[in-house]
Amino acid sequence: MSELTFTLLRLGYLVLLWVFVLSAVAVLRRDLAGPRTASGRRRRPELAGPAPTPAPGGGAPRAPQRGGPSRLVVVAGPLTGTTIPLTSSGVLIGRAPSCTLVLDDDYSSSRHARIFPQGGQWFVEDLGSTNGTYIGEERVQGILPLAPGVGVQIGQSVVELQG
Amino acid sequence: MSALRPEENAPTRVAEALLLVVALALGMGGMWMVGHSIDNSLPEGFWTYSIVLAALAFTAHIVLRLRAPYADQVILPAVILLNSVSMATILRQDLAGIDGANASRHLMWTALGIIVACVALFVIKDHRSLRRLTYTAMIVGIVLVILPLVPGLGREINGARIWIYIGNFSLQPAEFAKIAFAVFFAGYLVANRDTLALAGKKFLGLQLPRLRDLGPILIVWAVSLAVLIGEKDLGTSLLFFGLFVGMLYLATDRVGWIVIGLAMFGAGAVVAWSIFSHVQLRVNIWLDAFNPDLMTGHSYQLVQGLFAMSYGGMFGAGWGEGYPEYIPFAFSDFIYASLGEELGLTGLLAILLIYLVIVQRGLRHAVGVRDGFGKLLAGGLAFVMALQLFVVVGGITRVIPLTGLTLPFMAQGGSSLLANWIVIALMLRISDAARRPSALPTRGALADPVPAAASGDAIAVGGAGPVQAETEAGAGRGATPDDATQIVRGVDR
Repeated sequence: MSELTFTLLRLGYLVLLWVFVLSAVAVLRRDLAGPRTASGRRRRPELAGPAPTPAPGGGAPRAPQRGGPSRLVVVAGPLTGTTIPLTSSGVLIGRAPSCTLVLDDDYSSSRHARIFPQGGQWFVEDLGSTNGTYIGEERVQGILPLAPGVGVQIGQSVVELQG
Repeated sequence: MSALRPEENAPTRVAEALLLVVALALGMGGMWMVGHSIDNSLPEGFWTYSIVLAALAFTAHIVLRLRAPYADQVILPAVILLNSVSMATILRQDLAGIDGANASRHLMWTALGIIVACVALFVIKDHRSLRRLTYTAMIVGIVLVILPLVPGLGREINGARIWIYIGNFSLQPAEFAKIAFAVFFAGYLVANRDTLALAGKKFLGLQLPRLRDLGPILIVWAVSLAVLIGEKDLGTSLLFFGLFVGMLYLATDRVGWIVIGLAMFGAGAVVAWSIFSHVQLRVNIWLDAFNPDLMTGHSYQLVQGLFAMSYGGMFGAGWGEGYPEYIPFAFSDFIYASLGEELGLTGLLAILLIYLVIVQRGLRHAVGVRDGFGKLLAGGLAFVMALQLFVVVGGITRVIPLTGLTLPFMAQGGSSLLANWIVIALMLRISDAARRPSALPTRGALADPVPAAASGDAIAVGGAGPVQAETEAGAGRGATPDDATQIVRGVDR
C-alpha cells in the first residue's frame, strides 16, 4: 500500500469516526425538545395553529375552547409557583400522596378538590372537603365551571388555570 | 386517549440500525487497515471477527426491537463502536506479537457481554423490579468487594489484590460490585432521601445531615477504605465512594453532601498517603514523572504512554504504525494511550465524545423516567461511567495520579466488558421506560390541552357530567399514584 493511499485511508478513517459522532448527536437533537408525551412525537398541528371559531352552542355557559388553558399554577400558599401541565384526565388536589398536586396543608382535606375538563370546558369540583373550596367569597358546591385566571382557594393555597 | 395504545407507533429503530452499520464499518475498517499496514494483507481471522461482531450487534438490535422498542437508539451503536474499535486495537497488538494481547479472547468476552446484556433485557422486564433487591444488592456488593481478600481465592498481581481465581478463570469482582452498589444506593436513597435532605441543622448556608443519617455513608466510606488498604486499589475505592456521594447529591439536591464527601475523601487520601508507601509512590510518579530515576522504573509506563500520545499528534500515526510494544499493558490499562498514538488527538476526542454521548443518554433518561428508583439508578450508572472515564483518562494523561481502572468497553479484560454490558442493558431498559408514551405528562412538557371528549358535543353540566368525567379520569390514571407524586416532586424542585 502506497504512502499516499495509507494517508488518505488514515484521514478518511478519522472522518468516518466523526461522521458517526455527528450523526449520533443529530439523532440526539430530536430529544432536545423534550421527551415524547401522550400526544405523540410532536404537538399536533391543530394545537399549534390558531384557535378555530367557537362552535355555536346556544345557552351553554361557554363555548368549547381549543387551545384553552395548558397548565395549573399555584399562585398563593406554600407551593407558590408550582406548575402542573394539564391533561384530559384532570388534576386531583389534596393532602393524599396519590393526588396530582399534593398540598402539605392542615387546612386541606386528603382528597380536597378536582379540576377536570368536560366538553372543552374546565370545571372545579369540591370532593366533600372539610374546609371547603372557594372561588372568591363563594364556596364551591358541587361542580362549577372554571375560567382561566380565576383563583380557586383550597386551604392556604390558591390555584388558577393559565393559558 | 389514543395515547394509551402504544403498540400502534412503536419506533422502527432505523436510526439505530444505520448507526450500527457505521459503527461496524469503523471496526472492520480498523481491522482491515491494521492488517494491511502490518502484513500488507487481510489480517488473520478478519472475517470471523467482523461477522461475529456484526451478528452480535444486530442480534442486540433485534432483541431491543422486541423487548424494549422505545429504548434509546444511540446507546447501542455507540457501545458497539467502542467495542469494535478496541477489537481492532487489540487485534493489531496481537498481530504485533505483544505478550498478553489476545484478540480472540477479547472477541469471546465481547460475545459473552452482549449475550448477557440481551438475556438481561429479556429477564428484567421492568427496572423497578430491581428495587426489591435493594439490600440483597448491598450484601452482594460487599461480598464481591471482599472476595479478593479471601486467602486462596484472591491473588496479588502487580501490587493490587483485585482478582479472584477459580481454577484457570480470573475475575475482577469489583466491576460487578459497582452495579450491585448502584442498585443498593438507588433503592436506599429513594426510600430515605427526605430524611437525608430535610432533617438536620444549617451551618454556613449548608444543610448538614443528622449524625444518625450518616450511618450508611460511613459504611460505604469504610468499605472503600478497606478496598484501598486491603487491596491497594486506589481506583476502585475512589469509584465506590464517588458513586455514593454522586447519588446522594442526585437524591437530595444538597451541596452539603458533596462537601462532606470531598472532605472525607480528602482526609482518607491524606491519611493513606502518609501511611502507605504505594500511595506515595503513585503521587510521586504523577508529580515527577520525568524524573530520570523514576522514568526508567516506576513511571516508565506513564511516560511511554505520554510519548505515544505525543507521537500520535493531531491526526495519529495511522492504524498499525505506532509502537504499542513500548507501553506496558497497552492492550488493557493503557489502551487509551495506544489509541492516541494511532488515531491522534482527533480520534481520541471522537472516542471521548462517544463516551460523553453514552453518559448524557444515561442522565437524560434519569430525567425522563418517572419513578425515583429509575432516576437514581440511571443517574448513578451514568455518573459512575463518567467517573471511571475521568479516573482512567485523567491518570493516563497525568491530570490525576494513575490508578488501575479499565476503560469501559475498550480495555481487554472479561470482567470489565461483562459488567459494563450489564450496565448498558440496565440503561437501555430504563430508557425504554422513560421514552414509552404515557398518559401522564412529563416534567416540563406541555400536555394536550384539548380533552378527547371535546369533539363538538353539547356541554352537559349536569348530573351525568361528573360521572362521565370520573371514569375518564380513572382511565387516564392508568399509572400508579407513585407516578403522580413523582410529577409534583419533579415540578416543585
